[in-house]
Amino acid sequence: MSILPFARREPAAEPAAKTAGTRPMSSEKFISIEGIARRYPAPGGKTSTVFEDMWLPMRRGEFVCMIGHSGCGKTTVLNILAGLEAPTEGVVIAAGEAIEGTSLDRAVIFQGHALLPWRTVLGNVTYAVSSRWRNAPKAEVEERARKAIRTVGLAGSEHKRPSELSGGMKQRVGIARALSIEPKILLMDEPFSALDALTRGTLQDEVRRICVETGQTVFMITHDVDESIYLADRIVLMTNGPMAKVAEIVENPLPKDRDRTQLHHAPGYYALRNHLIDFLVTRSKTLRDAMPAGYDQRNPPVVRPTLSEADAAAIAATDPVGRRA
Amino acid sequence: MARTLPLRAALLSLSILVGFLLIWQVAVSGVGKTQAMDPEYAALMGQAATTGKSAMPGPLDVGATIWKHLKDPFYDRGPNDKGLGIQLAYSIGRVALGYLLAVIVAIPVGFLIGMSPLMGRALDPFIQLLKPVSPLAWMPLALYTIKDSGLSAIFVIFICSLWPMLINTAFGVSGTRKEWLNVARTLEVGPIRRAFTVILPAAAPTILTGMRISIGIAWLVIVAAEMLVGGTGIGYFVWNEWNNLSINNVIVSILVIGLVGMILDQLLARAQRLVTFPE
Repeated sequence: MSILPFARREPAAEPAAKTAGTRPMSSEKFISIEGIARRYPAPGGKTSTVFEDMWLPMRRGEFVCMIGHSGCGKTTVLNILAGLEAPTEGVVIAAGEAIEGTSLDRAVIFQGHALLPWRTVLGNVTYAVSSRWRNAPKAEVEERARKAIRTVGLAGSEHKRPSELSGGMKQRVGIARALSIEPKILLMDEPFSALDALTRGTLQDEVRRICVETGQTVFMITHDVDESIYLADRIVLMTNGPMAKVAEIVENPLPKDRDRTQLHHAPGYYALRNHLIDFLVTRSKTLRDAMPAGYDQRNPPVVRPTLSEADAAAIAATDPVGRRA
Repeated sequence: MARTLPLRAALLSLSILVGFLLIWQVAVSGVGKTQAMDPEYAALMGQAATTGKSAMPGPLDVGATIWKHLKDPFYDRGPNDKGLGIQLAYSIGRVALGYLLAVIVAIPVGFLIGMSPLMGRALDPFIQLLKPVSPLAWMPLALYTIKDSGLSAIFVIFICSLWPMLINTAFGVSGTRKEWLNVARTLEVGPIRRAFTVILPAAAPTILTGMRISIGIAWLVIVAAEMLVGGTGIGYFVWNEWNNLSINNVIVSILVIGLVGMILDQLLARAQRLVTFPE
């Protein structure tokens, strides 16, 4: 069994990323969160601050996962990126433009699939497609929708209603709907948290395959450490709220071609996993109370976990030859 | 067992009906000769005095009357003698007109209230005050301002159909799930398209519930309104037959009013099923 099921053509966005380098908008900052804050009025005339002065760059074609405990403002960040909420302060630049309201360039996959139950699978996807290409002929709209449905493996279910679908299939339709409008950025708000473990695994595979194939830029919120290790290129760690901060950005050292079933044998896996879990268990709280000296909110530290003893053992335990490729 | 349930229910319904008709027939039939009297006097007094027969018609009499109406529902022999079909057509026409007017007003205004918390709060006191008023209380005002009894009846139907539809529309619209609205927002769907493609389908089952309540109330009220305004309609027919002391026709009218009411309700129920979506 190969552990490299995704060893195939280059991501489609690679050439685009190179040409983008010539423009002022660098591929390093395809999305740039610049000093955003979100405050809510609290009882007694006070305001409660979910987070403030948050800075975060994201690269084009990169899969970013944000991890943190409930109440750290993850969903708020995603809503701001989607344009569903406006930051109280600061600005977000996406693809060279400041975000003002929602945009068809940024598709959202909602936590509850958010399908329109009175429309069929095809109807739900064509709704998005015809919103994107308003004057497109009907045949073209349907063809695009069918293509997106095929991509998520739902061909044959076009005329079913959401109520006839399982939870996993519903979320597939949600993914198809988001992909069908060919967004520049895909935003996912804990898309798999309502699914059972088996379905979640399959859908993670699908999402990973689609995103690697199309070079999609993705921002995803999750509280599942393993999910983030499997999917993300970089993982953003948030301290606990209120007044949450981006504690660090963790580079995922695992190769771009990864197999979910063999992931725990990959070198660096345990170091990364331990790092993330340590963060969630203790550091997310201690760091909120006291950030280390030299912490700069504008440039959150980028961390690359080194091999742990467990990793070394894992490497030693398996055939070390093929793993280092 | 489960498959025979409808059958058994139907059988039971039928036996209740037969039992009721039998008791009715027995209750109104005479007890035989009650007392000896002068034949001329007896002819004058009728069966009620001579054989103890009730003045209440029996099921057979009513059946005969129904048959008579069915044979010729649309005859017109002057203002005081029109076929049952014509009277029903008048009533249904008034209900349809008043009800449609109410739909035209209630659904857009309900949308406005449901979508705008400001309008909702601003209009709430008026709705709360006017909703509990018996529609017939509007009749004098309508007669005075409109100066036409037929139109006044339509206005009364309009007023009584308005509230359930208005309130249900507002409730359904304001209850549209936020996630569906967010889908429309992320897809940059304009307000008009959003109203027709997201809010209307989402609120449709609630709106239809209101419409179903309204049609029931409208049909209840039309009988009373026509008794007041007179001239034509099934309500007028009932009152006129009461003045004619034709209990036969009164009973037939009751059955017919019930039947039409049931059909109207079932039509709306069917429409409601059409727009209801399983989650």
